[in-house]
Amino acid sequence: MRHLIPEFEKMKARYPAGFESSLVLPCLRRIQDDRGFVADSDIDGLVAYLGVPRVQVEEVLSFYTQLRRKPIGRWHVQTCRNVSCSMRGAERLIDHLRKKLGVAPGETTADGRFTLSTVECLGSCGTAPVVMLNDAYHENMSAEKVDALLGGLE
Amino acid sequence: MGGRKLLMTFPVTATSHTLADYRARGGYETLAKVLREKKPEDVTKEVAASGLQGRGGAAFPVGRKWQVVHLDDGQPHYLCANADEGEPGTFKDRWILENAPHLLLESMLISSYALQVRNAFVYIRGEFDLPYRRLAAAVEEAYEAGYFGTDILGSPFACDIVVYRGAGSYVCGEASALITSIEGKRGYPRNRPPRLTVKGLYQKPTVINNVESLSNVTGIVRDGAEAFKKVGTPKAPGTRLFSVSGHINKPGVYEVEGGYPFADFLRNELGGMLGGRKLKAVIPGGISAKVLTAAEIEPLPLDQPVFEAAGSTLGSGGMIVIAEGTCMVRLLQVMLRFYHHESCGQCTPCREGMGWLHRVIDRIVAGEGRLEDIETMHHVSRWNDGTTICGMGDAAGYATVAILEKFRDEFEYWIANKRSKCNGVLEVGNA
Ligand SMILES: Cc1cc2nc3c(=O)[nH]c(=O)nc-3n(C[C@H](O)[C@H](O)[C@H](O)COP(=O)(O)O)c2cc1C
Ligand code: SF4
Ligand code: FES
Repeated sequence: MRHLIPEFEKMKARYPAGFESSLVLPCLRRIQDDRGFVADSDIDGLVAYLGVPRVQVEEVLSFYTQLRRKPIGRWHVQTCRNVSCSMRGAERLIDHLRKKLGVAPGETTADGRFTLSTVECLGSCGTAPVVMLNDAYHENMSAEKVDALLGGLE
Repeated sequence: MGGRKLLMTFPVTATSHTLADYRARGGYETLAKVLREKKPEDVTKEVAASGLQGRGGAAFPVGRKWQVVHLDDGQPHYLCANADEGEPGTFKDRWILENAPHLLLESMLISSYALQVRNAFVYIRGEFDLPYRRLAAAVEEAYEAGYFGTDILGSPFACDIVVYRGAGSYVCGEASALITSIEGKRGYPRNRPPRLTVKGLYQKPTVINNVESLSNVTGIVRDGAEAFKKVGTPKAPGTRLFSVSGHINKPGVYEVEGGYPFADFLRNELGGMLGGRKLKAVIPGGISAKVLTAAEIEPLPLDQPVFEAAGSTLGSGGMIVIAEGTCMVRLLQVMLRFYHHESCGQCTPCREGMGWLHRVIDRIVAGEGRLEDIETMHHVSRWNDGTTICGMGDAAGYATVAILEKFRDEFEYWIANKRSKCNGVLEVGNA
């Protein structure tokens, strides 16, 4: 994480003095974007940089579902299964993805390409069902569209 | 259509979210005028006089919240825009973040001036990608143009802003949890009192308002409270953004003037029901709002007091339209799985109750329900009433009871026949 410190310093400039604790979550998010997950050495580095207790960093890591301690597949396929998406076919779509990828939600394909997850409402219910592929939303999805989307990926 | 507009007043184009376009629409002129001509307390008075109510769910008057903050208390004050948008069915703040980010920023600057806030925050849900990028870009444009920082527009007013990204927790949309999240801790809601306007972020007076609530401030200050009150209804002035999803032909975000009839909205804006089906029910304001049957909602105007009198609320404006043929038992199952998953676990009735309700409904759906399960679910839902730290436990309980009471026959049928009265279907209308 050391190479990210200049970025963290820039971020800090817009916080009031004494808000170091607030930087835990944004720094963890940035570290994860960089490495794909948060490693033990990142926690050590962050504790030293921010001067916050280690337990605070660990608590934050275990509370927020988007943060992870282990690597996942190159492509993270997250399918919303809340009310509005289910009303427009999300359950069929999830079944399709299970069969297509041969894994259950929470699992990664053996070749390390895809991790399948289910998520709750993504705030995109008007274009249901919604699939998130890494950071990007893909809306109004169907089995055919998801095949086309995943088909072109490494 | 749908009455007058206060927010969706311009055509959305490839550049309508940029500073140049916003300025061409008169953007930041209200801020300049406020800094030149108004005292902070004048702004708060105007907002209070407008009768603007919160659009995040609870419809609390914005001015009344602001008036708790004492300008001369010698403490720093903070302002947070709530852009967590986690209530299932809700996606209206996203429209503002993507298409009118500068309207939110100008409104936050004017609000920060009124509340004498030096540091403002936008708490945005972690999954939002385009809305975040649009907002972050707008913040940079605004800094460059001198709207943030020190000596804003040559005045002594100074204000910085941070866009703070969440990381996938529904409960962080609750105001006190949002604050603990910004403090870099687990997003646990806090007991009140003290109110957040007395002790909020880092124990200092903090105002938290929804993105849509705040975005109305520029217009109110520019045109005056009287003009705002002429729109909508006397007890719920202004417009509302509704994000509508479910079994309709034209889902999307719509701005509607208060008092517009639901039936007209469904026919004219929403394009009617998918596949010409009949309307079965509507969850009017995010899944935590109590469901209304077709017969209950069809005669109603879209007006907060009217929906409250009908036993529900317009809540977060997240309207889910449900067609005839939808299985309400499965629908409740999806809701309870969600609440169980999102309960932060601090309060026993919420933590245990959501788990219990989820297990009971799973059992009913598995064909192993017993008739007394319906009473158990009623009973467990009511446990939460007023006994929890935040509103989630309560709301989840009320929403559950409403579905159980209004569609009791479907629960009885599944228990007696070990199968759904509606084939367990949630997706209808295309066939
Ligand atoms: C569990 C829970 C989740 C909430 N999520 C949101 C949310 O995502 N966005 C929001 O604006 N308000 C949310 N609220 C309401 C906030 O607590 C708060 O009332 C609101 O942001 C205040 O703004 P307003 O007065 O302008 O509506 C939530 C409340 C609860 C209990
Ligand atoms: S009501 Fe539920 S979500 Fe809210 S604080 Fe209590 S346990 Fe957490
Ligand atoms: S229910 Fe899927 S995005 Fe809201």
